[in-house]
Amino acid sequence: MKYQSQSVAKPYFIAALGLFLGQIVFGLIMGLQYVVGDFLFPEIPFNVARMVHTNLLIVWLLFGFMGASYFLIPEEAERELFSPKLAIALFWIFLVAGALTIVGYLAVPYARLAEMTGNDLLPTMGREFLEQPTITKIGIVVVALGFLFNVGMTVLTGRKTVVNIVLMTGLTGLAVLFLFSFYNPVNLVLDKMFWWWVVHLWVEGVWELIMASILAFVLIKTTGVDREVIEKWLYVIIAMALITGILGTGHHYFWIGTPEYWQYLGSIFSALEPIPFFMMTVFAFNMVNKRRKQHPNKAAVLWALGTAVVAFLGAGVWGFLHTLAPVNYYTHGSQITAAHGHLAFYGAYVLIVLTMISYAMPYLRWNQSAAPWRAQVMEMWSFWLMTISMVSITLFLTAAGILQVWMQRAAEEPQAFMVVQEKIALFYWMREYAGLVFLTGLLLYLASFLVKNEAPSTITNEEATAAA
Amino acid sequence: MSETFTKSMARNIYLGGSVFFILLFLALSFDTVQTLPERDNRHNITPSVALGKKVWEDNNCLGCHTLMGEGAYFAPELVNVYNRFGESKLALKAFIAGRPADGIPGRRSMPQFNLSEEELDGLADFLKYASEINAAGWPPNIQG
Repeated sequence: MKYQSQSVAKPYFIAALGLFLGQIVFGLIMGLQYVVGDFLFPEIPFNVARMVHTNLLIVWLLFGFMGASYFLIPEEAERELFSPKLAIALFWIFLVAGALTIVGYLAVPYARLAEMTGNDLLPTMGREFLEQPTITKIGIVVVALGFLFNVGMTVLTGRKTVVNIVLMTGLTGLAVLFLFSFYNPVNLVLDKMFWWWVVHLWVEGVWELIMASILAFVLIKTTGVDREVIEKWLYVIIAMALITGILGTGHHYFWIGTPEYWQYLGSIFSALEPIPFFMMTVFAFNMVNKRRKQHPNKAAVLWALGTAVVAFLGAGVWGFLHTLAPVNYYTHGSQITAAHGHLAFYGAYVLIVLTMISYAMPYLRWNQSAAPWRAQVMEMWSFWLMTISMVSITLFLTAAGILQVWMQRAAEEPQAFMVVQEKIALFYWMREYAGLVFLTGLLLYLASFLVKNEAPSTITNEEATAAA
Repeated sequence: MSETFTKSMARNIYLGGSVFFILLFLALSFDTVQTLPERDNRHNITPSVALGKKVWEDNNCLGCHTLMGEGAYFAPELVNVYNRFGESKLALKAFIAGRPADGIPGRRSMPQFNLSEEELDGLADFLKYASEINAAGWPPNIQG
């Protein structure tokens, strides 16, 4: 660790992983409810489990992004963090607010939570992914502002690199776009149109800047390739991400009451959205092939290559699969959407955060460049277990989605939603089994942190060669 | 990448490209908002519809259902549920009010939300209003 204040990243990473485990447990509950409809009913109805599942995902990824920033920014800016105390204070505020919100979801009916938190004063609740009570949303804004101030002051008074400027741009965009979550008109079309300014412009816009800059940082550190080369790639990738992704918003404006010209614009530009992800894959493999040193943290390199490949598959290929308007007419809001959502979020954002955690944790815990080899082997096994099971989940949901679309929407005599759901239950069972494998992979990943650091010399040259 | 393509060229593509597409997106969004009054059925937004949207949000209906294809995929699409229920507000209200509190053994079941008569009316009005938005011919058929 080059700067003492980078250590504030550690609690952020620990919280992120704890919440990740919670997210997966609730994912398994929902998966079971798909086939055993009355499981935990009425104590934890599906909508509550889903809210916990998706909100935990968002919160732990935000913890991961913030932790990554606290680790990355001092090193790039070549100075201590502006205020480590503020970072720790915001950590506890965010953790307590997040935990209270989740407890609220589980402890009382949602309508009661809305009433208790004064949703009538400024109604923002009850919209997908933005289910948080308005006071939680305000809390998120406060934490985000404090966080941006802290890292922003660090960059402003330190060295400015392409990596930290792009990361700051992404984080600022994240905070600014979140403000649209407070706009909730009665007019359903306007509501939906601007809801996407948060959701789409996050995950297919500014979050890609965050992802690409973290990937660039880890590749600079682990490959030793000239910074100039990596920064040029970074610029081209984020240029393509924004050039395709901003108008790509149009692929959400096909069927929500917005004008038909979005069917052309949205189809064309979102069809180009795989390009930045493909470039990220080429970039990551190129840099690793041209590496000038053998970094002892093999696991971190595997996570980095993994995120590039799976993001391209999940966000790129599975996104393209149903993004053209004539196709989307049939697939919109089906299990195809769910399949894409799972692999895209896992590949792009789960894996980039795990990449950073894998890279940073050995420095944070022992001030050394890699975890013991045995821990790395466990990490790599967990990578493959989680990745293969998530690809399986995606394939099963895609199969379910194709059958659903066929029976419910394309057949000459379309069948009712629930009738179709029962016919495709087999695929939901297979998805649930794959989910159990995912949980196993995650538990193995968490267990890798329990390996004692007995041999500080980390790995030998032979092992490094064998792994490479 | 070759040496003729420099980092500053890459940066200019990033800055120029993003500014251009942000401005284009803002212009198109402005145009969309201008044309919405002809499509979004806003003249039918009554106080009852507004109450219905609030009931819809306060009970997290989108946590199981889709509305215009957006939401969760656990329960049926609702933008055309008004049509599916024979354009009968009465049938809609009876279905929502009649859900068993303890569910149905082994099956998915909608919770009992204990809505008042006024809230049920609002919800039905909201769903009727939503069904009349011009959504470019989506969903493909009555099953949603």
